[in-house]
Amino acid sequence: MKGNEALAEAAIRAGCRFFFGYPITPQTELAAYMAKRMPKENGVYLQAESEIAAINMVYGASAAGKRAMTSSSSPGISLKAEGISYMAGADLPGVIINVQRGGPGLGGIQPSQSDYFQATRATGHGDFHLIVLAPSTVQEMTDHAYIAFDLADEYRVPVMVLADGMLGQMMEPVVLPEPKTDAAEKPWAVTGHKGERPHNIANSLYLAPERLEETNVERYERYERIKAAEQRAEEYLVEDAEIVLVAFGASSRIARSAIDKAREKGIKAGLIRPITLWPFPVDAIEAAVPGAKAFLTVEMNMGQMVDDVRLAVNGRRPVEFFGRTGGIIPTPAETLAAIERVAASLEGGAR
Amino acid sequence: MSKVVFQRPHALTDTPFSYCPGCTHGIVHRLVAETLDELGIEGTTVGVAPVGCSVLAYEFFACDMVQAAHGRALAVATGLKRAMPENVVFAYQGDGDLASIGTAETVHAATRGEKITVIFINNAIYGMTGGQLAPTSLPQQVTQTSPYGRDVNEAGFPIRMVEMLSTLDGVALAQRVTVDSPKNVRAAKKAIKKAFEYQVEGVGYTIIEVVSTCPTNWGLSPADALQWLRDNMLPYYPLGVYRDVKAEGYANVAEAASARAQRLASGGDA
Ligand SMILES: Cc1ncc(C[n+]2csc(CCOP(=O)(O)OP(=O)(O)O)c2C)c(N)n1
Ligand code: SF4
Repeated sequence: MKGNEALAEAAIRAGCRFFFGYPITPQTELAAYMAKRMPKENGVYLQAESEIAAINMVYGASAAGKRAMTSSSSPGISLKAEGISYMAGADLPGVIINVQRGGPGLGGIQPSQSDYFQATRATGHGDFHLIVLAPSTVQEMTDHAYIAFDLADEYRVPVMVLADGMLGQMMEPVVLPEPKTDAAEKPWAVTGHKGERPHNIANSLYLAPERLEETNVERYERYERIKAAEQRAEEYLVEDAEIVLVAFGASSRIARSAIDKAREKGIKAGLIRPITLWPFPVDAIEAAVPGAKAFLTVEMNMGQMVDDVRLAVNGRRPVEFFGRTGGIIPTPAETLAAIERVAASLEGGAR
Repeated sequence: MSKVVFQRPHALTDTPFSYCPGCTHGIVHRLVAETLDELGIEGTTVGVAPVGCSVLAYEFFACDMVQAAHGRALAVATGLKRAMPENVVFAYQGDGDLASIGTAETVHAATRGEKITVIFINNAIYGMTGGQLAPTSLPQQVTQTSPYGRDVNEAGFPIRMVEMLSTLDGVALAQRVTVDSPKNVRAAKKAIKKAFEYQVEGVGYTIIEVVSTCPTNWGLSPADALQWLRDNMLPYYPLGVYRDVKAEGYANVAEAASARAQRLASGGDA
């Protein structure tokens, strides 16, 4: 199955029946798949007039208590930023897929990871976070789209699946999850009070600063629970690694093959692959610090996640960055060269 | 025994309005609430509040409410209605919200024939932010951001929204009313009620534009504001029904649209 289609099918199997989108490459197959499947599932596929409208339709369907999603690629996510901030402010769940391409501006249509900052730092204005999942295989695209709805409902936060054009276009065999129904209890939903309860309101406006602060503090307490329970990372040969690579999504696949080659050359390299980008898996980094001599992030951007690794390492070890950007995927050979440079600098007495 | 002749509609909460004295937002709220009462739909209705002076409408209407980003009310309303086709969904918006920042959402919800009701408050100004030029400000109108009067060569022309929307096939009812006199208030009420009835019957998109006042930012007393509305706004924004597919003999917008398509195909008028 193609990555983009796997995302769509898994969302339907997670009980999502409301998809609002706007065409953009390289997420095209996802929307096309939804257009074909939704009517057969008594669901709604609606091509909105813009990404702005699409995310606000998700806001409406989510406020009604339904599992709803939208998908786009980098420039479209910028347009969704406003709506995502309002969803966070109104504590509405919802799933946003970003099949990244290179930027800034119109950029290009080739794969990229240059929306890391946007996804993890400032997807819109105000104090808030999204849960951000970073799949690295088509199977994980499936799994992430499936669990994203549960996470969103459980914590009442928007969840983003941050993929890229390479994963979106990739064909791999997948095991599809069992279909489930959208059964989460949502007593807060605006479904019409039927004279049985006080009116519900979905809202992010608090004119009294004390009230606004209170809602933000409450939300950040929820974020602390998310950080404690939902950090996810995969490790590869980290146990005895002296050089610990950190890479997510498509670039983690390249990092892995570079590590195999480095090991053949006697360099003890390993990989931490963040699966959740927010919350960032600081615990995995922390656990690796004692054994590691240096960290190296491999990214398809100009160096974004490296900031999070540096924060987690907190000056105790050198943290280097290697990346290609603009839609260029780093090769295993050039990644190996980057590992060798780090190894050489360690031998040079840097320790 | 005393007889109650005037009381708060059930569909309004007891939260006091935050509107300025003499502002017509309050009257229109009441008309919408009376309609929800009379049609017995408060319990199944979800309203969408805009960004503008009526941003707090979610506190005033007793039905379930959603607050939307500036201009996005009709995208939010679309999401709500698609998720709950059996419910009644209305949006309440000012002219900046509906006819400037939200124009795309307005036009596309209309052309899709979303079965929602839009209450559009045209007061020719941005009230909440302190009286700036609106897309509906009149030629020569002095506002904070058109201090020498609206120069149509610079700022363009005011938009006649219901006329524009009435050309779209998805629109079931597009009507302009005002609330400057008891007679016009009664007519406005009738139009608003009809719009909600059309929605319940699934006829199509319905919009009622209410030519309104903003005494505060017009710098006029409430009475003078009503006179200014009669003298200046009504000539530019004539009251009337601009589209009513049922009055034209169609059951819904789909029927009206295919009849129009046939007329056009055979060389007739739209
Ligand atoms: C994205 C965004 N831009 C600007 C504003 C500031 N703003 C708040 S209300 C408003 C205009 C409201 O005018 P109108 O829709 O005519 O409603 P009124 O207040 O007159 O009832 C603006 C520009 C905002 N809240 N959000
Ligand atoms: S500023 Fe104008 S529109 Fe707003 S409440 Fe006051 S009179 Fe009404």
